[in-house]
Amino acid sequence: MTLPSLSDLTPVPLEAFLTVAALLFCIGVWGLINSRNAVRVLMSIELMLNGVNINLMAFSSHLDGQEIRGQVYAIFVITVAAAEAAVGLAILLSLYRNRETVDMERFNLLRW
Amino acid sequence: MPSLADLTELIVFVLLAAGVVVGSLGVVLLPNIVYSAFLLGGVFLSVAGLYLLLNASFIAAAQVLIYVGAVNVLILFAIMLVNKREPLADAPGLGLRRLLSSGVCAGLLWLLLRVAYTTPWATPGPTPLGEDAVVRLGEHFFTDYLLPFELASVLLLMAMIGAIVLARRDVFASDIGTGEEADQGLIEKARTPLLIEKSRP
Repeated sequence: MTLPSLSDLTPVPLEAFLTVAALLFCIGVWGLINSRNAVRVLMSIELMLNGVNINLMAFSSHLDGQEIRGQVYAIFVITVAAAEAAVGLAILLSLYRNRETVDMERFNLLRW
Repeated sequence: MPSLADLTELIVFVLLAAGVVVGSLGVVLLPNIVYSAFLLGGVFLSVAGLYLLLNASFIAAAQVLIYVGAVNVLILFAIMLVNKREPLADAPGLGLRRLLSSGVCAGLLWLLLRVAYTTPWATPGPTPLGEDAVVRLGEHFFTDYLLPFELASVLLLMAMIGAIVLARRDVFASDIGTGEEADQGLIEKARTPLLIEKSRP
């Protein structure tokens, strides 16, 4: 395997965008599992949604340039993400009022 | 040798990708959550730049407006409202869990990269639309994607009402937890949390 030359990398290939999206998604998953602070968990979910959106936009531009269905899906993902953020933060606020903590380890009412 | 425009595109992509990756690592790893929230705004802006590179100026503008303008501000508000510094007690098995989840995430990354680099993508596809993309998006929304488009508006309305109901404190005439008369004022007042005794061992 040889390193790609500079002219192979221009214009920016589809795989480069997919790599960035995969990195963003995996960092989001790691943060989702390992964060103790509930606000940081919500931020990790936003990171994951953005990673998926980069994927959709990359495919839309490189493989579906005329119909741009990827952009349509990206708009729906952004809409759902906004709704999720609002409801998630409201739930977090309600939890904080009842438990007086944002530590994920102490939200254990349904745990056995 | 690539042309100047292509070279500029490559350099901008590398800068934006580095911003996205470093920023998201900062969001996850920094101990101070306020820094995390501001870095998250930086990540959203970098992602909007990537959208511009992908011929999607409308989505880039929507990304800046919705994510940076609304979601990030909402997260900052949440940090402000739950602003309590507490020492996090050690939970058992945290190190093991961190190790296992790192392994799972690395495996997932390897899988995704393998799919991305071994699939023979049909590139180059059709020429991207460029500035006419907004027109095509509008056509999509009012013809073949009309039903999801209308459902999205209903979803946003439901999320708005749900967020108000969840976050507002006293919506009942009497408190369902304690039975006493509920205060209908809009200002936050001190009250004993319902579940706080049960949460202390």
